[in-house]
Amino acid sequence: MMRVRFHKSLDDLKEKLLIAAGMAEQSIQRAVEAYRTRDLSICDLVDRSELAINRMEREIDQMSLDLLAMEQPMAIDLRFILAVIKINADVERVGDSAVNIIERVRDLQAYPVVDLPVDIPRMAGIAAAMVRKALQSFIEADAKMAESVLSMDDSVDKMNETIHYALLNVMREQPQYTPQALDALVIARSLERVADHATNIAEDVIFWVQGFDVRHHLSMIDGARG
Amino acid sequence: MGVGIEVSNLNAWYSTNHTLQDINLHIPANQATALIGPSGCGKSTFVRCINRMHETNPIAKVTGTVRIGDIDVYKDASPVEIRRRIGMVFQRPNPFPTMSIYDNVASGLRLNGFRNRRVLDEVVERSLIQAALFEEVKNDLKKKSGASLSGGQQQRLCIARALAVDPEVLLMDEPASALDPVSTAKIEDLIFQLKSQYTIVIVTHNMQQAARVAERTGFFLNGRLVEFDSTHKIFTNPGDKRTEDYITGRFG
Repeated sequence: MMRVRFHKSLDDLKEKLLIAAGMAEQSIQRAVEAYRTRDLSICDLVDRSELAINRMEREIDQMSLDLLAMEQPMAIDLRFILAVIKINADVERVGDSAVNIIERVRDLQAYPVVDLPVDIPRMAGIAAAMVRKALQSFIEADAKMAESVLSMDDSVDKMNETIHYALLNVMREQPQYTPQALDALVIARSLERVADHATNIAEDVIFWVQGFDVRHHLSMIDGARG
Repeated sequence: MGVGIEVSNLNAWYSTNHTLQDINLHIPANQATALIGPSGCGKSTFVRCINRMHETNPIAKVTGTVRIGDIDVYKDASPVEIRRRIGMVFQRPNPFPTMSIYDNVASGLRLNGFRNRRVLDEVVERSLIQAALFEEVKNDLKKKSGASLSGGQQQRLCIARALAVDPEVLLMDEPASALDPVSTAKIEDLIFQLKSQYTIVIVTHNMQQAARVAERTGFFLNGRLVEFDSTHKIFTNPGDKRTEDYITGRFG
């Protein structure tokens, strides 16, 4: 009863999702690079990627729907397709976050460059690393690696909070820099969302591989009971 | 009402072929339990051991204990009495072809000595209602033969025939595999309704069917019961790699 064709379709689905996810992760890196350099040509690249990610999101959903309807998967295959559908949505949102960032970059063109007391590239580095690690755990079906992504989310939340207060301070004490500070605030918020999406992806990998629902801070043991 | 089935150290052979090895499980009362596994894994032999059909084959042998409720199937009752308590429905509908619909359903009762016309009428009607067939055949009960019905109707007739002798357990060996999707859906709905009154064991190759109708599922492989758990667990996150390989088609 080997279902060779079906399992080949699952491999194709995984490959397509990884292509979309790779593009989304690259878009975040590019968007932050555009913020750092104020280079609008990079913004255009992010826009183009967003269109491709959106198209692939629809294709991946359609492929998943077809496999659910035609193959009636069970157990780990069923969990895999459910995970793909959810990861797909998160990947698309990561792409949206990149677009949110470049919109701020375009807005910033109207204002002089100022040296704000926040390290956006460092925060972006951690958020992108979380996405990469979550995707690596998906490639390798490694629940332990996925779990390590969950613990990284707290540090990004803390960075976002620190940046938030630092920028509020700028707005209070140097109100002439309020537009730049507001844009940086929105960018930090977008990066915090990217880290949340990476966390969701990691949770879906754990669900796929081990069958445990670890969302909302349930541990693997609690998830197994639940 | 249905009764639970307790199976301990059950072994079965066909000649020297050890087809069931050390089966232990508890099948709960008033639930549907599905048995799945590849062809030749022993699931049909298992159900045939429950109602002592296995021993009807001269080269077959069985050891171990099967209890339904308080009764030891192999010690406390005759095979005939056991088969009255444990009805069976097979893959291919097998109504008695020359008998009318009515006589098909009444046959078991007549075999057990019932002759009272009024009682027979009542049981036939009740059994056909329970098998969700009465409305379709009520005007032809004595006019049409069982063989004149469609495949799906014939299978429900066989279920009515099994129910007429008031069993506690209903064994179903691939009851819908020869039926079209509409007839299959009717049989599945029927299983769903019947389990409030009977304990149902269903052998099926259709895993979606097992998932739809059964509370518990057992996976057989090479004569052994590999895993027995809630149907939800078996089909979403089975505990044994062999079960997962089978239900996801990575087997072989």
